[in-house]
Amino acid sequence: MKEIIELIKKDFLLEIRQKYALNAILLYVVSTVFVVQLSFGRVIDETGWIALFWIILLFAAFNAVSKSFVQEHAARRLYYFTIAAPVSIVLSKIIYNSLLMVSLGFLSLALYVLFLGMPDFNAWLFYPSFVLGCIGVASALTMVSAIASSAGNNAALMAVLGFPVVIPMLLLVINSFKLSLNENILLLQVIKSLTSLLLIDAVVVILAVILFPYLWRK
Amino acid sequence: MIKGIWWKVAGLLLILYSIIYGILVEVPVLPVIHQTIRNLFFHVPMWFAMFIMLGTSLVYSIKYLSSLKLKDDLIAAQAVNTGLFFGLLGLMTGMIWAKFTWGDFWTNDPQLNGAAVSVMAYLAYSILRGSIDEKALRARVSAVYNIFAFMLLVIFLGILPRLADSSLHPGKGGNSSTMGDLDPTMRMVFYPAAIGWILIAFWILDIRKRKRILELQQQP
Repeated sequence: MKEIIELIKKDFLLEIRQKYALNAILLYVVSTVFVVQLSFGRVIDETGWIALFWIILLFAAFNAVSKSFVQEHAARRLYYFTIAAPVSIVLSKIIYNSLLMVSLGFLSLALYVLFLGMPDFNAWLFYPSFVLGCIGVASALTMVSAIASSAGNNAALMAVLGFPVVIPMLLLVINSFKLSLNENILLLQVIKSLTSLLLIDAVVVILAVILFPYLWRK
Repeated sequence: MIKGIWWKVAGLLLILYSIIYGILVEVPVLPVIHQTIRNLFFHVPMWFAMFIMLGTSLVYSIKYLSSLKLKDDLIAAQAVNTGLFFGLLGLMTGMIWAKFTWGDFWTNDPQLNGAAVSVMAYLAYSILRGSIDEKALRARVSAVYNIFAFMLLVIFLGILPRLADSSLHPGKGGNSSTMGDLDPTMRMVFYPAAIGWILIAFWILDIRKRKRILELQQQP
């Protein structure tokens, strides 16, 4: 447990020292949101709002998460290998990337709402499913990034491997966003869509914990 | 792999039976589908065979991670290739069927999206294998991806279409279940066809595996 916290601290420090990476992603979000605003104006239908928001966030996630394993040099990997257990490494990466993704998501949401306005969502379904979706995408991409970095850090490989894995989560989140547009939704529907998101997140994390040790030893 | 020739002959006979009897059998007259319902004997078994092949690949990937024998990895890879072949056949038969009943080759249907995504995921698996040269590393990384992708896709294909409200496929959303109200005479053709295609899939896998092993032996 202490190991995990130390590793998260290390990732956080690295991020602060290399501010350009985070700033680049933020600038990317700002510019795409601005382009969307230029081409659609303020008036946009709800489905389009949801779709564009997740497309922007998905590419931001690819940029933010893909460097989590790619940035580590071979020598540094060997060093981690000697001092930390693989399970704590992958858990720390997943927790760190989820935190990054959730904060990035809320920042993008604020910008997006500023430029394009906010449809009438049901907050009780919208925010929890948003957070769960961010966590799911971040943890799945963390695992894919580990796989891609074992295969030699190919950027195209990351996209090719990542999309099929992320699509299930994305579809669930978009469905629950659409559901939260509904004015009179039942409590049962809210619970159903939130539990399915929670389930898929749990599956991803459990798989990562089981499978990562096989990737790590070399 | 099972020894002997009997299961290969059985697979061939079952498919032959399903082709001949599937065209002769009396089918229930339904609106819109009419006689195209006979495609059920060919379209659905393709997906069954694909799933069995991908499941075999999953089993061998898990086996590889615990045994680290390269032969298990070879079977896993060939099972994915065979599964992809059946997946593409399933997509093609489905598209032709869709054109004649729903009026379009591709419709926005949860089942279709699931099929497309799973074919994409396994094409990505082949690309991943191609991008690594070292055999042991390739085997390990692709086994990990195989397990990861299979689990997520099983959730995606098995649970999501059932949650979706609108699907053109039977058994999902508002439609009735596929197997529950399938005509008994059609079941007499459908089940043998499914078993036959699965046996043929295993035969193809067997041949591919043996060919690959021979190729590896010829390399110095």
